[in-house]
Amino acid sequence: MINKRSKNKSEGGSISPFAIFRSTKSQDIVFVQILKISALLVSIVIVAFLATLLLSSWPFVKTFGLKALVLRVWDPINDNYGALPFIVTTVLVSVLALILSVPFSLSVAFLTKERYLPKRIKDLLTTSLNLITAIPSVIYGFWGLFALAPIMRIIQLKFGYPPYGVGILTAVLVLTIMIIPLSASIASEVIKLVPEELEEASYALGANTYETNLKVILPIARSGILAGFLLSLGRALGETMAVTMVIGNFNNFPSNLLGPSNTIASLIANQFNEASGIHQSGLIFLGLILFLITLIFNFTGNLLILRRLQK
Amino acid sequence: MKARRYMDKTFKAGIIIFSILTIVPLFIILITLLKWGINALNLDLITKVQRPVGEKGGALNSLVGTLIITTISTIIAAPISILAGVYVAEFPDKLLSKITAVSSRLIAGIPSIVIGIVVYAWCVKPMRGYSALAGSIALALMMIPNIVTATVESIMMIPKDYREASRSLGANFTRTTLKVIMPFALPGILTGLLSSFSRIAGETAPLLFTSFGNPFLNFNILKPMSALPLLIYNYATSPYKEWHQIAWGASLILILIVFLVSITSHLGVRKWKA
Amino acid sequence: MRKILLATLLLGLISTLKAKGVELTGAGATFPYPLYSKMFDVYYQTTGVKVNYQAIGSGGGIQQLIAKTVDFAGSDAPMTPEEESKAGTEVLHIPTCLGAVVITFNLKGIKELKLTPDIIADIYLGHIKYWDDPRIQKLNPDVKLPKLPVTPIYRSDGSGTTFVFSDYLTKSDIKWAEKLGRGKSLNWPKGVGGKGNAGVAALVEQIEGAVGYIELAYAKQNNMPVALIKNKKGNFIRPDIESISKAADVKIPEHLRVSITDTDNPEGYPISSFTWILIYKDLSYLKDMRKAQELYKLLYWMTHEGQHYTKELDYAPLPQSVVKIIEKNLKTLTFEGKKLQ
Repeated sequence: MINKRSKNKSEGGSISPFAIFRSTKSQDIVFVQILKISALLVSIVIVAFLATLLLSSWPFVKTFGLKALVLRVWDPINDNYGALPFIVTTVLVSVLALILSVPFSLSVAFLTKERYLPKRIKDLLTTSLNLITAIPSVIYGFWGLFALAPIMRIIQLKFGYPPYGVGILTAVLVLTIMIIPLSASIASEVIKLVPEELEEASYALGANTYETNLKVILPIARSGILAGFLLSLGRALGETMAVTMVIGNFNNFPSNLLGPSNTIASLIANQFNEASGIHQSGLIFLGLILFLITLIFNFTGNLLILRRLQK
Repeated sequence: MKARRYMDKTFKAGIIIFSILTIVPLFIILITLLKWGINALNLDLITKVQRPVGEKGGALNSLVGTLIITTISTIIAAPISILAGVYVAEFPDKLLSKITAVSSRLIAGIPSIVIGIVVYAWCVKPMRGYSALAGSIALALMMIPNIVTATVESIMMIPKDYREASRSLGANFTRTTLKVIMPFALPGILTGLLSSFSRIAGETAPLLFTSFGNPFLNFNILKPMSALPLLIYNYATSPYKEWHQIAWGASLILILIVFLVSITSHLGVRKWKA
Repeated sequence: MRKILLATLLLGLISTLKAKGVELTGAGATFPYPLYSKMFDVYYQTTGVKVNYQAIGSGGGIQQLIAKTVDFAGSDAPMTPEEESKAGTEVLHIPTCLGAVVITFNLKGIKELKLTPDIIADIYLGHIKYWDDPRIQKLNPDVKLPKLPVTPIYRSDGSGTTFVFSDYLTKSDIKWAEKLGRGKSLNWPKGVGGKGNAGVAALVEQIEGAVGYIELAYAKQNNMPVALIKNKKGNFIRPDIESISKAADVKIPEHLRVSITDTDNPEGYPISSFTWILIYKDLSYLKDMRKAQELYKLLYWMTHEGQHYTKELDYAPLPQSVVKIIEKNLKTLTFEGKKLQ
């Protein structure tokens, strides 16, 4: 007679409610379910996020449509919701920071590829860049306000401008320092992928370092480097605290690169606590726009990297 | 001929100079922090809470707040992210996997201030109050992508043979994953955890509309709580020299925490990759 | 390290579960913040009740009160009709002290200036670009004004101080009334924005040639120069406790909301103001009767014993006539239908 119990009783214990876990197949089913639920939760988060942003922006969009994106005056008291200055400043500050960062990130990328460089120095460089990324945004803002702004004021006074100290240029400088590590590390990774044979062949044909790097390696790594830049741009666009502390909080187009202005992120940081109704809906709408702009750059960057890796 | 030589020399010099210049700001910032913060590093800073201007105050409530909030965030984010990452790594062809991977990357792209305003809508308004928990939830959201990526990458690095060997010995998927794969992936996952921990320790924007701030020492996560970045933000934009001092001191403490955790995690990566 | 974290977590869990003593949360005006932080500090030392007040600006305070995420709000601007309708039920405005919005500036070696409302308006509207403008120079013949650009500093957050400042200028300068009007957030045509009274003070301190409007306490605490403003009767008045109190020499209505800017009193400082604590008349939504009672006690203390701390921080105490009306108002606070007291 086959004792039904003996199947689960290989160790001689009695049936317990946890018998299900001793069955290897059901254990798997449960475990995979748990994994699935976790993955689902992560996906739900982003969906819930977008849903909240869309639902909360809807009152604003219903009333004003998309005009906010092109109007120039932000004056909630008088029902004027022109966000163009903030969109322009956000993009301007980020793009300028990106352009300024290019020579630095490329230099680091080229340098770390060189074989004759001692490992110690390469490690120092990598560690330093990692530490730069680790510095919190608010400390950058703090430093920008107390160390950079006074220098800017001296320069501004010399050239006859009002000594704001805070403004577009200060924000750009701080942002540049912050995004160099990211674009440098991606550029480095991409350049490492360039086959060594190509580099050696170039040298063998008599090209020097300058020509090999700029005319052989760079063109090949170009799309990957571009991707890195796009991702750093994405990072720069969302940067809030450092920029808020040094941008000057002026809700209009800057009169010049030395003048104050405001980005979408700093506008939200300034006004969200006291906004309600349409005003709050408008700020959330701007947050959504910021997210979308960041998304486009990140997405394109990731796409380019994927293509690069597949090649 | 000469032109080529000249360009080469310039190029070589250029990349060296620019590379050195990239780390110059780091040293400038650190030296500035040390110079101004070292005076503030006294016992008061870590034993006293915030006080009105004119009275000797410190950063104790903010320090405790940061530790509590980041710990709760990690507790919230880690299980979900690691489990989700395991799923994505083990079942890469499933639709859910692909959706999750994309979702994770999308979350990474959300500007921190936008996370703050969404969590305000999810937690602060319905709960009728600011709380450290809301702040932790906001920061946990920011941690998810890093931990998921770290988990996926760590697991992907493990050779297929390990898994096959385990299965051939009769172990099921659960056993294989938990007893064979995870131990090998753990260093990488821990690194991801630590690096996202150090990242959120310094975040301010998500806390502005969630954790709010609190001048008192508080251990109750359902009430508003202070944090080092909030303290620094408020004190740095004030006109009081004594508050600037405290802010420099708090910045030093924050950087110490962040650097220590960051360096630990990177040393971990190097050891593990070797 | 792990043990410390574990201990902290345990403490957190325990204190979360064990709803301890009453804690009150408030938000709003930075105008009275130096006074409030002192008051709440003393209140905690003497009664053990923690009052967590975050100075996010009057606009923020009002909105968070409407959202009911805080127990009380601080504001130097009375609620607008729209704000009141959003709140739904009646909100009491309890004045806590008197203060002054002063005009401070950053000019090397210059400790005092005489200014008039039209000049202040024109500076902020961008019509006066340099300090050595003949209009300013004419008012201040003994001072050598430099050819330095004027940088107006304003509030980047929704501010009751801005409201008081603009309320005054709307009454005293027609150009201002047309262009900008009165409000907590204005469409500033020029300058740099600072967060809170503290932020404005900090920026004025840092930028040479800057001019800003801040509460008197902030100027005093940081040794910043203060302008003498020409009031309605033509006298140049220095902001101090006396001139502020004189400006408050008006009939106070029962609902306690009154603007005292552009005072008729010949010795009154023209940009003076009350500042209020806003609470719902019906505190049932707090769900905790102890909280409602503590709120009542807090407000009573602030408007009675707490007044001892006003003068040393350069705020003027509430006139006795006002305190009497406050007491009447406080008696109308209810919790689930029952009057508190």
